[in-house]
Order: sequence, then structure tokens, then C-alpha cells
Amino acid sequence: MSLLEIKNLHVSVDKHEILKGINLRVNAGEVHSIMGPNGSGKSTLAQALARRETYNVTSGEVSYNGKDLLAMKPEEAACEGIFMAFQYPVEIPGISNAYFLRSALNAIRRYRGLDEIDAMDFLPMFREKLKLLDMDEKLMNRSVNEGFSGGEKKRNEILQMAVLEPKLAILDETDSGLDIDALKIVAQGVDAMRNPERAIIVVTHYQRLLNYIVPDFVHVLVHGRIVRSGGPELALELEEKGYGTMEAEARHATPA
Amino acid sequence: MITATRHLENYLESFSEFEKLAVCHALPWLRKLRQDAFARFCEVGFPTTHDEDWRFTNVSAIAQTPFRLARNGRAQLSRQQLEPYRIAGVASQLVFVNGRFARELSLLNNLPAGVEASGLAGEIASGPEAIELHLGRYLDTRRDAFCALNTAFVEDGAYVHIPRGTLVEEPIYLLFVSTGDDAPSMSHPRNLIVAEEDSQATFVEDYVSLDGGAVFCNTVTELVAGDHTVLSHYMIEREHKEAFNISTLRIQQGRSTNVVSHSVLLGGALVRNNVHPVLAGEGGECLINGLFIGHGGQHLDNYMLVEHASPRCGSRQFYNGILDGHAHGVFHGRIIVHKDAQKTDAKQTNRNLLLSDDTQMDTKPQLEIYADDVKCTHGATIGQIEGDALFYLRSRGIDEVSARKLLLFAFASECLDRMKQGPVRGHVEGLINQCLFQVANAPDAARGTYREDAGRNWEEIG
Repeated sequence: MSLLEIKNLHVSVDKHEILKGINLRVNAGEVHSIMGPNGSGKSTLAQALARRETYNVTSGEVSYNGKDLLAMKPEEAACEGIFMAFQYPVEIPGISNAYFLRSALNAIRRYRGLDEIDAMDFLPMFREKLKLLDMDEKLMNRSVNEGFSGGEKKRNEILQMAVLEPKLAILDETDSGLDIDALKIVAQGVDAMRNPERAIIVVTHYQRLLNYIVPDFVHVLVHGRIVRSGGPELALELEEKGYGTMEAEARHATPA
Repeated sequence: MITATRHLENYLESFSEFEKLAVCHALPWLRKLRQDAFARFCEVGFPTTHDEDWRFTNVSAIAQTPFRLARNGRAQLSRQQLEPYRIAGVASQLVFVNGRFARELSLLNNLPAGVEASGLAGEIASGPEAIELHLGRYLDTRRDAFCALNTAFVEDGAYVHIPRGTLVEEPIYLLFVSTGDDAPSMSHPRNLIVAEEDSQATFVEDYVSLDGGAVFCNTVTELVAGDHTVLSHYMIEREHKEAFNISTLRIQQGRSTNVVSHSVLLGGALVRNNVHPVLAGEGGECLINGLFIGHGGQHLDNYMLVEHASPRCGSRQFYNGILDGHAHGVFHGRIIVHKDAQKTDAKQTNRNLLLSDDTQMDTKPQLEIYADDVKCTHGATIGQIEGDALFYLRSRGIDEVSARKLLLFAFASECLDRMKQGPVRGHVEGLINQCLFQVANAPDAARGTYREDAGRNWEEIG
């Protein structure tokens, strides 16, 4: 049984159909990359899997870990082990990063019937993850993402992922806006989390991130459909030729 | 007109009864203070929404209810009944039942030598000279019918005197309990707090009610801040949802004073909170910090009047409001910079979160500047809980009610963070938490339709 199985998924936002029948199967231990031009529906797929309510599933099925993902609320999906790293992490003034993360971790632990972790036990674990991402401990007492640089925000997303240890991680354009040093740190953070129990979906526009996180599979999303799937070599082909030919093929294949 | 007269007749009767029994009514200055104020009240009557200062707050519910002075009720109260309302660990707690000092329910420990804290009525009777020096000297009864009414019925409340150079480390906590009666009852607590030169202290006024029923608490505090004093004042309103509460805090600030006023309005049906500092001495600073959380049909009105009367004074106003259900909030921020108050630095910010389409928020800045070298800024925002933030928290496993509460609490924390760490802040934080839990738990049906738009905001610099 696959960890994630998407069948003929259609998603609309504000009555515009963005995803027009996605089929995708992801097994535990695999890293998949979803690539595509702007507006192809990559982020919509990520948001729909994270169960954002404004992304309206009009038809199709998604089974995750044997359960119906589309019946879950965002918090249920998270507690079941789905994590999405946001393309645009949200600033939340007035809630400290450390408090937020501990609340999230404990919400998930409660859901799974585990004991909550108190602030004392949380701290050492937290420090270790901070080191992994080369983050300043001071950021933890600041409000969530408030006044963080672009790179700090993205690193903060990966930090959350490292603390919450999801079964399925979806990185929504985590590489965008990162300089090469930050990109390496983020990629190392993600790569360190690869294991046979966990699947990772890397949504990206460019191939660059995939030099550091080498995917097992690459899918090309154009106009709301996956038009090609292949191995890591597909990413290199895209880098060389661009999305143009595939977009043209997609237009050709789509009945008017 | 007929009804207006009938309202006043009720007060005429109350006043003539009051005059027969009032403490030290034979003292000419006190008699004159009361009678002049009553005459003033009769002259102006209750304000209407035609009055600019009352445009957003209709007090006809107060005017039309035949309130009579609460005279009894204190005998039935026990210390145990009050336990849930007290702040744990605070040594000096003065209890007032329907505006009257209840010595047997009060705790008076740990006060430094020379500090007086007791009931005003007793102090008037035993040493009227000290009282005469300050009572009614700062409050302008001509401005406001409620201040006039309070002064007409002036008798009891808190009297606190901090001698020169004294540091009072523990807060002086004043608990005002209203007990319902069979008939609508009113009380007019009057507090006089005099902090002499170079002293430091913290005062808390906490308004609670024990039973339901129509109660009207019309309170006035005159806070006299001598030169170089550092003072904090807290006003906490958490009466039941039928109570009317009108409060006025009149602060007289001397030279180089530092005064902080915190208001936290959580309870009451109709609440009007007037904060009126006058920066009379050069180099004074005042911070006015407030939070109001209204739900159901509550009406919470905050009227700030900051007068800069001397050069080089600074004032900061920060008010945050959270409204749900069909609550109505008002923030009126008036700053007057007098002619000689050069180098004034005044700032005012009012931020509001509206959780339902049926709430109403009126926010109004009013700057009157008669000096030419001043800096005054003001700004206000009105918005909703951000959909993005809510989803962000939920996507990390935090359920919707908790996420909503977390965001509300974060918004409220902006005010909480301006309070000094200690038992009072802990007390206030607990109350806010309880209140927000109710708000976050309210069913969506009570909240109306949910929108994701960012709301409106504006800022001006003048």
C-alpha cells in the first residue's frame, strides 16, 4: 500500500479549476519532486494536501496511510503526519516561536495518545535541531516569523519539520528566494530527514534544489495535469530545454 | 421632557435622603461640594448621543432605570465569598461593598510606615483637613454629568496616602463588589489617592459583582501624582453582563512624573471608561494602556482625554479591542496640547479585531494642538483574525478553537506585555485567558459569516 495515493484529483480555487485530474502514488522512503512553470498548480496541490479549506476539491480521491485524506481537517492531517513547508511562511506577532512549536508538538502527541513534553524536556531537543539548521537560538524567543529574513523563514519551516517529524513532508517552493548558502543549509536539513519511513514531496520551479536533495522521481505539472514522470534525469532535461515544449505538448493534448 | 423630569425626581429624592445621613454634611466645604455638584447634574442631566463626547454611547438605559442608593448588603458577605475574587499573594486588599469600605473584609498588611489606606468616609470624619486639600480639586464636574453625580453623592471609597519618598513595593488592591438588590441599585464610589513627591506605588481597582440584577456603579478616582512619582494604576472591569459601570480616572501629574494607567474591560453590559491625565508639571510621562474584550451585546466605551499642560511631556496611548457577537466598542482618543506645552510628544494607537459581522467599532482621534513645536501621531486599525495565520497554526496540528484562542491571546498580549511582571499581571492574564476561551469557543453561528479580507486601517501623522 502506498503512503499517498492521489486519484483523478480536481481542485478549484474561487471557482477556477486549477488541478484537472492529478494521479500520483508516493511510497514511504521515496522523494518525489513536482516541477512545473508558474501557475501550473504546484502550490495548489501542496495546499490541497495540507487541507486548506479555500482549496475546493471538486472530485477525486486521496488516500493517505490507508485513510481518506479529503475527510480530514488541516489539524487532523498534521496530527496524522502530514507537514507542509509554506512557500510564504506566515508572521504571527505575539506568539513566540518556541511556544508555537511546543504547542504544535504537544497537540500532535496528544492526538497520538502520547504524554505532553514540558518546556524543560523540550529545550535540549530543540537546541539540537537548531544546530542542524544553523539557526540562532534568539530566534526562538521572537514571535513566529516576525521580522525574520526570507532565509530565516524558510529555515524555520524546516526546523518545524525536524521537530514534528512528519511521515509525509511537502516542501512548497522552499528554495525560492534563497541564496546558495541558505539553500545548502535547508537542503542538508531536509536530506538529513530522509529515511525509509518517510516520504518527501519537493515542489519546485527550478532544478537547483534537486542537486542537493536528489529525488527518486520527478513529475512535471503543466496546466493542472502531470504531463511527464521520470527519474532525476528529467529535472536536468527540464533545466536544459525549459518548460516550453512540455507546455506546448500539454496544450496539444488538451481537448479544447 | 416629562420622562427627563421623572429621572431627575428619582435623583432628587435620593439626594435629599442622602443629605440627611451623609458623613460630615455639616462641614461647609463638603456640603457645598455636594450641593454644587448636584445642582450641576440637575442642570445638564444625562448626556445624549447629540453630545459629541457621547455620540457612540447611549446611556438612556441608565437614565430610565430608577436606581436608588445601595445602602445595605455588606452584612451578608463573608470572607469566603470573596476568596475567588482576590489576587493571591497581595498583602493589602481593601474591600468595598456597593462603594462602602468594609474593614472586616479587608486585609491590611505589609504597608510601609506612614502609608495610609482606608475608607474615605472614615478619613473625612477623623481628619477632614487632609481630604479637603485634594477632594474634588482635580475633577471637573462641569464636563460630565456622571462626575457631577458622583461628587454629589461623595462619601465613601478608598483613601490612600503615600508619604514623600516612600516606596510601596506591593500593589494596593481595591476590590469593589456590587451586590444585587430586589430593586435597581446604584453606588458612587469615590477614591482619592495622593502620592507625595518621589514616592512609588501600584494601585489596582477591580470591579466585580456577586449577584445578578440591575446595578449601576459610577466611580471616580482622583489620583494625585506628586513631583517625581512613579505610579501604576490598574482598572479591571469584570462585573456581570447586566451591570452598568461608568468610571473616571482623573490623574494630576506633577513635574517629572511617570504614571501608567492600565484598563482591562471584560465584563458589564454598558461600560464607559474615562481616563483623564493632566500633565501639569514639566517632563511628565504617561502611558495609557488598555484592552477591551466584548461579546454578546456588551457596549464598551473608552474615552481618553490626555491634556498636555506643560513643556517636554510625553504621552502614549495603546488600546486594543476584541469584539464578538454584536458587541459595540468605542475608542475616543482626545489629546489637548495647551499653548505652553512645547516639545510635547504624544502618540495614540487603537487596534481592533472584529470577529463577527454584527459587531460595531467606533474609533475617533481628536487632536487639539495650541502649541507649535509638538509631535503628535495617531492611528487605528480594524481587522479580522487572519485566515492565513489560522491555517498556519492548524497545519501544524493545533485545533481550530485553540488556534483562534492563541491568535486572540497574541493580540491581547500586546497590552499584557506593557504591564510589569508580578501578581497583578498574573491575575489579569488569568482573567483574559478565561474571557478569550469563551470567545474562541463561541459557535460560528453567533459569529456571523467569516471573511478573510484584511480589514481597514489608517494612520496619520500630524
